[in-house]
Amino acid sequence: MTRYILGRLGGVVVILLAVCLFTYLIFFKLSPDPAVMICGKTCTPERIDSIRDVLGLNQPLLTQFWEFLSGIFAGRDYGSVHCSAPCLGYSFQTNESVWSMLTARLPVSITVAVGAAVLWLLAGVIGGLVSAVKQGTWWDRTGMGLALGGVSVPNYVLALVLQYVLVVKLQVLPFPSAVSFVDNPLVWFESYLMPWVVLAVGYACLYARLTRSNVIDTLAENYYRTARAKGLSGALIMRRHALRPALTPITTIFGMDFAGLLGGALITETVFGLNGIGKLAADSIAKNDQPVIMAVTLLAAFFVVVGNVVVDLLYTALDPRVRVVSA
Amino acid sequence: MTTTPALIEVEEAVSPGPSAPATPPASGRRILTTITRDKGALACVVFLAIVVLMAVAAPLITKISGWGPYQFDSAAINSDLGGVPHGALGGISGSHWFGVEPQNGRDLFARIVYGARVSITISLSATLLTGVLGVVLGMLAGFYRGWVDQVISRLMDFLMAFPALIFMIAILSSLPSGNRPVLLVVVISAFGWPYLARVIRGQTMTLANREFVEAARACGAKDAQVVFREILPNLRGSIVVMTTLAIPGFIGTEAGLSFLGVGVAPPTASWGQMISSSVSWYSVDPMFFAIPGTFLFLTVLSLTVLGDKIRTLVDQGAAA
Repeated sequence: MTRYILGRLGGVVVILLAVCLFTYLIFFKLSPDPAVMICGKTCTPERIDSIRDVLGLNQPLLTQFWEFLSGIFAGRDYGSVHCSAPCLGYSFQTNESVWSMLTARLPVSITVAVGAAVLWLLAGVIGGLVSAVKQGTWWDRTGMGLALGGVSVPNYVLALVLQYVLVVKLQVLPFPSAVSFVDNPLVWFESYLMPWVVLAVGYACLYARLTRSNVIDTLAENYYRTARAKGLSGALIMRRHALRPALTPITTIFGMDFAGLLGGALITETVFGLNGIGKLAADSIAKNDQPVIMAVTLLAAFFVVVGNVVVDLLYTALDPRVRVVSA
Repeated sequence: MTTTPALIEVEEAVSPGPSAPATPPASGRRILTTITRDKGALACVVFLAIVVLMAVAAPLITKISGWGPYQFDSAAINSDLGGVPHGALGGISGSHWFGVEPQNGRDLFARIVYGARVSITISLSATLLTGVLGVVLGMLAGFYRGWVDQVISRLMDFLMAFPALIFMIAILSSLPSGNRPVLLVVVISAFGWPYLARVIRGQTMTLANREFVEAARACGAKDAQVVFREILPNLRGSIVVMTTLAIPGFIGTEAGLSFLGVGVAPPTASWGQMISSSVSWYSVDPMFFAIPGTFLFLTVLSLTVLGDKIRTLVDQGAAA
């Protein structure tokens, strides 16, 4: 098992390195010269040259990449400025340290992701379970019809519809504003409510469909029949025998989806003007701020890859059948 | 052995159909008759047919409706109110069937019709390219195993770990705007094929061990013959299902990228881009947003419903 985990962690490092190198090559080859961008309008060739020197842009590409990598773990120097580890460089636009930009925005993205995840897990799993148990009834058909609709709404469309109906027309919610939880919990909650719902709808519908088909599959299993034959109570059978095996695959997918969201819900954050990682990504791309683009790409990839490993380990813990196979 | 064994099992648990190959897939005719009998599915087909017709006959249709997609109609908007369309419901009238865009008065009907063209061309091309890449690479990996499989599987891991949306936006915004639609197709497909290839690879692996493949080999069939005559026909069902379910995703992706401003470049109309430009108007002119939003939603919904139906039918065919 330890060997397996170590192997997986090795894989994580390799994939992250590959993502890093690929992103680096693409952006630093394709984009306009960052030195010219930093220099601005009143610029002399000498100044551009000195900026290139400080950023290390005159060195060969691989040396630059190595500098970037070692900066993350050991810190690096830009001319006279020292950037301590973990150093992801400085924004070309604001000269802020990219690391501190990330850490400032991450809590917002985490709030968005956690809130949405709670909503979609509750709605999805309960909805799917009810549909499966009442298979073929009016409940099932309506629920699954709604789920199909929910899967098909692009989230920016849903965001705008909700904002129009709830904020502009009915005025039951205020325009989202950046209030901290400590200052005003109610406004904080109201501001995050719409982003949570918008993000959760698509996932909830997907999970409801998955839960339903998984539960229906387990209801046909022999152990379920055995449990019934033993005369166990309905609720207990549902929990222990039908829901648990049906939820293992859901856990896996949930891990991946959640990890993906930690790297920023780009569209939702942009639409609602939430200052999370996703909005940072969109803004940095719009302004061609390469160090920031690098950092958000890496961060998002990091969450996805690590989430993948965690999910696989969890899976072996949750499903005894897989454990036997992998041993 | 891939690095994500659990995920593959999930895939199988979720959709028993594609992972249960080797039985003949449901015939095209049976699928057609079932769909025409189902009212919901039929409505989807009709709606999609209308959208495709709009896309194909766009120039003709706008000739009938009277306004082109790039024509400004300053008479239809109220310049005193900052360019809000005259009349109720975003300026819907006899000459502008869906109303006009605020500020410049371009005809929304014409832009929807031309937007359908963009959405459908891009999503179908992306589906085609993804399909070819996914099937070819998936079969290569599953059939030859060994180092070929290693290389392809690692590439898939790499691409699936990539924050695709961030990267697509970044790459599209830094590339010269040249031929945007082609770029969109390439970028969408580059990140889309691993999901198909993963399924195809798994199925090819099981198929390659079956008796009929062995029999074909015993008869002296070459690799190419085995792959194209024996294995590929058995993958048909899953390819059909996966690609039909992929189209709505691609339509959504194209619209999303255009919504974020890196899709097709204005003044070319695309549904996503129309929604994007309606954001600043949605409180004064909700129709500007509602019309492209509804078309996008209904198109994606119809495709999802149909894909779902086809999957159920193929699964039943596999079980029968």
